[in-house]
Amino acid sequence: MFSYCTDPDTLSGLTWLSCYLTTGKHMALYGSFGTVLLLLAITAPTALALGFVGASAARSHIAPLSWLGKFYIAIVRGVPDIAFFLFFVIALDQGIEYLRHKLRCPDWSEPIRQGNDFVVCSAAKMPLSTAPQWLHEIYGFGLAVVTFAIVFGAFAANVLFGAMRAVPRAQIETAEAYGMSRRQAFWRVLVPQMWIYALPGLSNLWMVLIKATPLLFLLGVEDIVYWARELGGAKTARFTSYPHPDWRMWYFLALLVFYLVFTRVSEVALERLTRRLSRGQATAAGEALRKAATT
Amino acid sequence: MKNLILTTAALALSAGFAMADTVRLGTEGAYPPFNFLNDDGEVDGFERELGDELCARAELTCEWVTNDWDSIIPNLVSGNYDAIIAGMSITDEREEVIDFTQNYTQPDPSAYMVLAGNEGLDVTDAVIAAQTNTIQAAFVADMGAQLVEFATPDETISAVRSGEADAVLADKSYLAPIAEENADLSLLDRDELIGGGIGMGLRESDEELRETFDAAIQSMKDDGSLNELIEKWDVGETF
Repeated sequence: MFSYCTDPDTLSGLTWLSCYLTTGKHMALYGSFGTVLLLLAITAPTALALGFVGASAARSHIAPLSWLGKFYIAIVRGVPDIAFFLFFVIALDQGIEYLRHKLRCPDWSEPIRQGNDFVVCSAAKMPLSTAPQWLHEIYGFGLAVVTFAIVFGAFAANVLFGAMRAVPRAQIETAEAYGMSRRQAFWRVLVPQMWIYALPGLSNLWMVLIKATPLLFLLGVEDIVYWARELGGAKTARFTSYPHPDWRMWYFLALLVFYLVFTRVSEVALERLTRRLSRGQATAAGEALRKAATT
Repeated sequence: MKNLILTTAALALSAGFAMADTVRLGTEGAYPPFNFLNDDGEVDGFERELGDELCARAELTCEWVTNDWDSIIPNLVSGNYDAIIAGMSITDEREEVIDFTQNYTQPDPSAYMVLAGNEGLDVTDAVIAAQTNTIQAAFVADMGAQLVEFATPDETISAVRSGEADAVLADKSYLAPIAEENADLSLLDRDELIGGGIGMGLRESDEELRETFDAAIQSMKDDGSLNELIEKWDVGETF
């Protein structure tokens, strides 16, 4: 990157380090921090939305809808994450390609399953094999987001389902006494009040989600743990200009700091959010706030 | 409506022709000198040069993809890339799931690497580290020694350093440069000849592509350019 980096063998100390830390490979490591943060930024709201839909469905009065919601929660919560990540993603990918195959190559006569092989016509590939590499990466990332959202959505649905039930019954009865319809009572009374009950569970989920990102590499997305392992491994002088012994410990130490800082910041933010949501609630924390305000 | 169907069919057909030429090559990127990521984060090594040359000869556009070793075969058969070129030895077990081209390296001796000073080790009665799903792992299990498996080649070496394993069994061309540059590690005199050389792995349904690469490898064997590459990267005997 810097002009003096052309011959790293002659460098030492900080100059060597500055060159070493700016190789293309290290840039990929720094980029992968962005990948992880972006994944969290997209997955968390998507999972929450999915959880909300799941919970609303599960408590619905229409029986099939309620079954569907409860089925989703039970199945996804019951299957181990790793199995889900290995099985579901390949199934999803093959499902998409199967549909595209049916649409685009209706004249194709050969079977799609040939022994171990899954073969679709080249126009049905997703993304097309001619597509540039970044498109493949975005597609893989998209699959990762969908999978994470479905898995964490089920847990969020369970949390929200419980939170909806925790809102005191008297609140709904009062709403009904005011003449609100079931729908109005749900949106105006139940939903605004349920968050305080959901927050402890949701904050747990958020913490788990932050630490679950290394699962990304199972889906072919190169995350920070992958690059740390790759960069930290011992390098011999024949294959790199920057030979070094096994430095994985230092790389993992840097990841440890990153995760600790990130979870700590999240904790602080969640604490403030809890305080805000407690205002005016019929909970112990809400009561404490009220007392503090009056005295 | 009929017109619409015709145009889509024509589009699909023309797209099919244009696309037939891009081949995605899957590799591990963690096994020098065969394949590794260089300082710029790009795939490099013996197989990078070989693969690029083979694609040039077969007039294909090739695209490199890195994939975890553990899932490298499942991802091939489900069509995420079209060929494996990752230092994969040709074995009967793998032949049942995928097809191989002819070998592009000689069957390479595998070597044991131990901590310096431990050269008197009896490997039949020791703890041996090997990478999961490799011919070496299968060999150690058959030999009767105690096998510990690791997901990456790097970890097998760390296991020897930390004392978790007494020795690591891997391709000699992988271990030799490491033993050379590290005073605390050395190779045993004993070599094991396992495997049928390294070939490219392809889907069983992809006979055409297998023949294309087979012919390209043959032409590189015939004009000696493959031997030059083997010597340049030091990956065993020439043909």
